[in-house]
Formats: sequence, structure tokens, C-alpha cells
Amino acid sequence: MNFELSDEIQMLKKSVREFVQHEVEPVAMQIEREDRIPDEVIEKSKEMGLFGISIPEEYGGLGINMVGKCAVYEEIGATHNGYTTLLGAHSGIGTVGIVEMGTEAQKQKYLPAMARGEKIGAFALTEPEAGSNAANLKTTAVKRGDKYILNGTKHYITNALVADVFTVMAVTDPDKGAKGITSFIVEKDFPGFKVGKVEPKMGLHGSQSAEIVLEDCEVPVENVLGEEGRGYVNALKILANGRAGLAARNLGSCQKLLDMSVRYAQERVQFGVPIIEHQAVAHMLAEMAVDIEALRSLVYRVAWMVDEGKRVIKEAAMLKLFGSEVYNRVADKAVQIHGGIGYISDYPIERFYRDARITRIYEGTSEIQKNIIASQLNREYSK
Amino acid sequence: MNILVCLKQTFDTEEKIVIENGEISEDGVEFVINPYDEYAVEEAIKIKEEQGGEVTVLSVGPSRAESALRTALAMGADKAILVDDESLFGDEYTISKVLAAVAKRDSYDLILGGYMAVDDGSAQVGPRLAEELDIPHISTITGLEVNGDKVKVEKDVEGDTEIIEASMPVLLTAQQGLNEPRYPSLPGIMKAKKKPLERLTAGDIGINPDEIKAKTEVLDQFLPPKKEAGKILEGELDDQVKELVQLLRNEAKVI
Repeated sequence: MNFELSDEIQMLKKSVREFVQHEVEPVAMQIEREDRIPDEVIEKSKEMGLFGISIPEEYGGLGINMVGKCAVYEEIGATHNGYTTLLGAHSGIGTVGIVEMGTEAQKQKYLPAMARGEKIGAFALTEPEAGSNAANLKTTAVKRGDKYILNGTKHYITNALVADVFTVMAVTDPDKGAKGITSFIVEKDFPGFKVGKVEPKMGLHGSQSAEIVLEDCEVPVENVLGEEGRGYVNALKILANGRAGLAARNLGSCQKLLDMSVRYAQERVQFGVPIIEHQAVAHMLAEMAVDIEALRSLVYRVAWMVDEGKRVIKEAAMLKLFGSEVYNRVADKAVQIHGGIGYISDYPIERFYRDARITRIYEGTSEIQKNIIASQLNREYSK
Repeated sequence: MNILVCLKQTFDTEEKIVIENGEISEDGVEFVINPYDEYAVEEAIKIKEEQGGEVTVLSVGPSRAESALRTALAMGADKAILVDDESLFGDEYTISKVLAAVAKRDSYDLILGGYMAVDDGSAQVGPRLAEELDIPHISTITGLEVNGDKVKVEKDVEGDTEIIEASMPVLLTAQQGLNEPRYPSLPGIMKAKKKPLERLTAGDIGINPDEIKAKTEVLDQFLPPKKEAGKILEGELDDQVKELVQLLRNEAKVI
């Protein structure tokens, strides 16, 4: 057992922490107001190498293991979640498909530019009729010569406005259900590719989600990602891989909320004493701290399991579920401890509270995670 | 161009100093590159990026100082040297002798450092090192241009700017305002672990520690006394003035 991060990972963590504090935090309110991440922040993030977190070294990325990635994600999570989501969706679901299932030619073509942030990645699975029931896709892909012709509409696609490279799931054989789905690498400049309506949302400002319309979109056959018919399995793998990173980002947000809440409770005086001396407030802080410490342990344990090549379907689902639920509980208590100021938009607490809510929904709802956990239990106990 | 940067690892400037049994406690303390030395590291890397060359970072200090050198490597320095030998730790006199011995192993066109360290604030090591090496030095620079074998520096003098030209080899010490040090980028950090870091002891640099023993001695270390709350005089202005004069005379004893 060793709970120490290596010197190198600690150095990555420290550098990202300082970068986030000095370059992103000062514009967090601006991001929230303008629903846009300043170009300067994106440029500096590229220089920092933050777009190459999940890309192997030979393709210009960082080449760090999952523990290292989670350490970096934890620090990124401590700031505006819109910024966090842009980077997370790129490095997680936007890139991992090509890293894990791409051919050598595909990796050579896309990954170096993605590692530099010159090309941003996104993942397009969800459709109006295929949310939690992800296999119920209506987007079709028909092979014609050396191309596939894609038709359909994807929605709620994170990074749609800024991304250049999309991992798109489409049905190649409608008779085979989930086994008739194939993944494709689709570039935004391919003929027939259009970004549709941007969906305004409750939180995650700065990270736009939009519709993607594929109208006779031409995708060369060499852009099939993985084997034909393996698209659904690919999608599940990509999502499972993203789960540790997502929970690590939530962990960073939770830690930030705890830091702010403890400091506020030490300073805010009511009934003649700092409110941290009121047991009702003190207990909320204690509960937050316990939740966060448990989440931290689970994040790094699952990350370690991934690095060891262990099977993590159940644990990754537990982590996604726990990380999202903890973030919501912590954000709720942070608002309660801050009182009125926690509800006011001039202060970041209410922003985290709104941003937390989506984590129980996207990349697999909490309920879907419970289904996965239970079905894994059923399997284990049937042996 | 061959550039040497001397740096010291110091407490993070945000750390609270705790004294235990007469010693400054290092328990749970975050260490950083001395901020003035960080300007020197940044400047050296900038010159290298613009004109080519090699940047060596050098420190005398305990093993933990390796992380400061690794940070400099992650920022873009090429190689590091750590003199990690307790018999060579001492005061400014000792340290500049040790740095000089290491600097003499190679030939450097430019030697950079911070003008002082934020911990002891002596501002002596740079000039002393230049004397040891018998090269000119210019301290507290806020601007630097390198042209051929010449440097042109700017430094603040009582609110004005002095511009000085000198030939290399030369030693320059950095003042705040010289540049804005970069963050070590993530790929930079990954590359840093593969860059060479040489560890030296007294024997390696041919120094007899007994001959360069510190010339000064620390007798006591204590925190400054707590500031007492100020006194606000009240009442009629005439009375306040009388009271103030009386206090300045009898209590503060300044008039």
C-alpha cells in the first residue's frame, strides 16, 4: 500500500494548481457572465500542455498514467467548471476513443494536433431518443464506395462549438441493434457536417452544448474507429474510461467548496462567535470533509486499478455515482453554510451549486450507474 | 552561449515561520525556487530560446533542493548540478567559494542569479562569486539584452534607469521586474525527469571544507515582537498635540 503521489505527479499537480489560481480563477466570474472562455485562457492552457493530458508521449502528449491524470484533473476541477468541462471533455471522451481504438494512421493524423490543442475533441453519442438508452440510435451510416454517408441529429454535444474532431456513433446495420453501431472520426469540415442549435443551460457556462446535424455527411472509410459493429462497446469503454477523470474533477470542485466554507465559517460571526463554533455548522463541515476524503480515496484507488490493468466496470460506476452525489451534497452544504451570500451570483458558491447538478445526469445518470453496479453484483454472485 | 544560473531553494513566501527550540521548523513547509533566482532562470531560458545555447542550473543545498532544480529543468533549463554535501553548507563566504569551484569546471559566458534570497536577504553571494571568478558583475538588473559578446542591462537607481554595457563573461543578478517567470509546462515537467542532474560533494570539486568554514555564526533566532496596537489620541486638538509631544518625549523618547 502506498498513498503517496510520485514527485513528478506532485510537481504536475502544483504547476496546474498555480496556473489555475493565477490564470483561470481571476476570470471565473467573466466566464460565467459571458458564457465564454477567453481566448487568452485557452491559448495559455495550450502552452501549459493541458490539452495533451490523456495522449501518449509518442504522439506529443504527456504520457501519464490514470493516477497522474486524476491528480491533474483534481486541480483543474478547483476552478470554473465550464473551463474544466472543456478540457475534460476533450481529454476524456473526446480523445480517448482515438487513443484506445485508433489505427496507427489515425493516431498519427489526429493526436499530435489534439495534444497541442490545435484540434479540440468531442464525443457525439446522445440523440433526442437515445439518452440513457444509448443503443437506441437513429443516426445512420451507409457505405458508398470509399465513404460512409451519415445522416441524423446528435444533441447536447459538449464542446460542439469549439471542437474539430468528433467521435460519432451511428447505425451501420439496423437489424443488429447494439451490435449494428459503428464509431467514426468525423471532422467538422467534412461535407454535410453542421453544428445546430446551442442549448442554453442552467450551469456549465463557458462550455457550450449544441446539436450536431449530419446531412449526407461524407466520412472516408479510413475514419471508421475500431471495428464496424463495435461502436456501442467502444462508446461504453470510452465512457467508462472518462469516469475516473470526471470524478477527479468533481473532487477538485468539492475541495474548493470545503476550503471556502471552512474559511467563511471561521470569519463569519453570528451570536457573538464565528459560526464554525455553532455545532450545526461544524457538523456540516465535518460531513463535507468525510465525503471528500472518501471520494479522494475512491478516485485514486480506481485510477490505480486502471493503471494496473484491472477490470473496473463496477468500481468506475461506483466512482461516477459517488463523485456526482458527493459533489451535490457538498455544494448544497456550502450554500447553506454561506447563507445569503451562497445564493448571490457575485459569489462563486451558487455557480458550483448549479454546475454540480449536471454531474448526476451526464456521462451516465446516477440511476444508470446503479444499474451497472447491480448487474455486476448479480454477475459476481451468480458464479 | 553557455549560461549558468545559481539558485537557492527557499521557503514559499506565503509560509508562516515557526521557531522550535531555537531552530526554524521545516515541518510541512512548501519550498520554492527563491523568487529572485526564478527571474534569473526565466531570463536564461529566454536567452537560450532566442539565441541558442545551454542553461545549467546550480544549487548548494540539501537533497530536498533537487525539487527546485527539477522545477528549473521543467521550465526549460538543460542540466542541473546539486552540491549536496553538508560539510560545504555555511554562510555567504562558504557558498560563494563552493559555487566558484563548480563554475570553474566549465567556462560560462553568462552567470545569472537572484540579487538576494528571500530567506536571509544578504544579497552577497552574487558579487562574492564574481570576485572569486574575477569577472565583472552588475546587480539588481531589470532589463537585459545580449548582443554578440556584450550585454546591455537596465537597473533602477533611485527612481531613474541606469543603462550599463559590459563584455562577457559577466555575472548579473536579477531584480523584480526583469521578467514574468513561466509556469513549468506539463510536457516540460515530464521531460525534466530525463535531464541530467549531477550531485557533487567536496571531494568531487577538490575542496577541503575546513578551509572554507563559515566566517559568521548564528547566535540566536527569534521572531520579531508582536506589534502592539496603536494609540489614538482623542479630545480637543490642542490637548491632543500636548499629549502627543509629551508621549514622543517620555514614552517613545524620540524628541
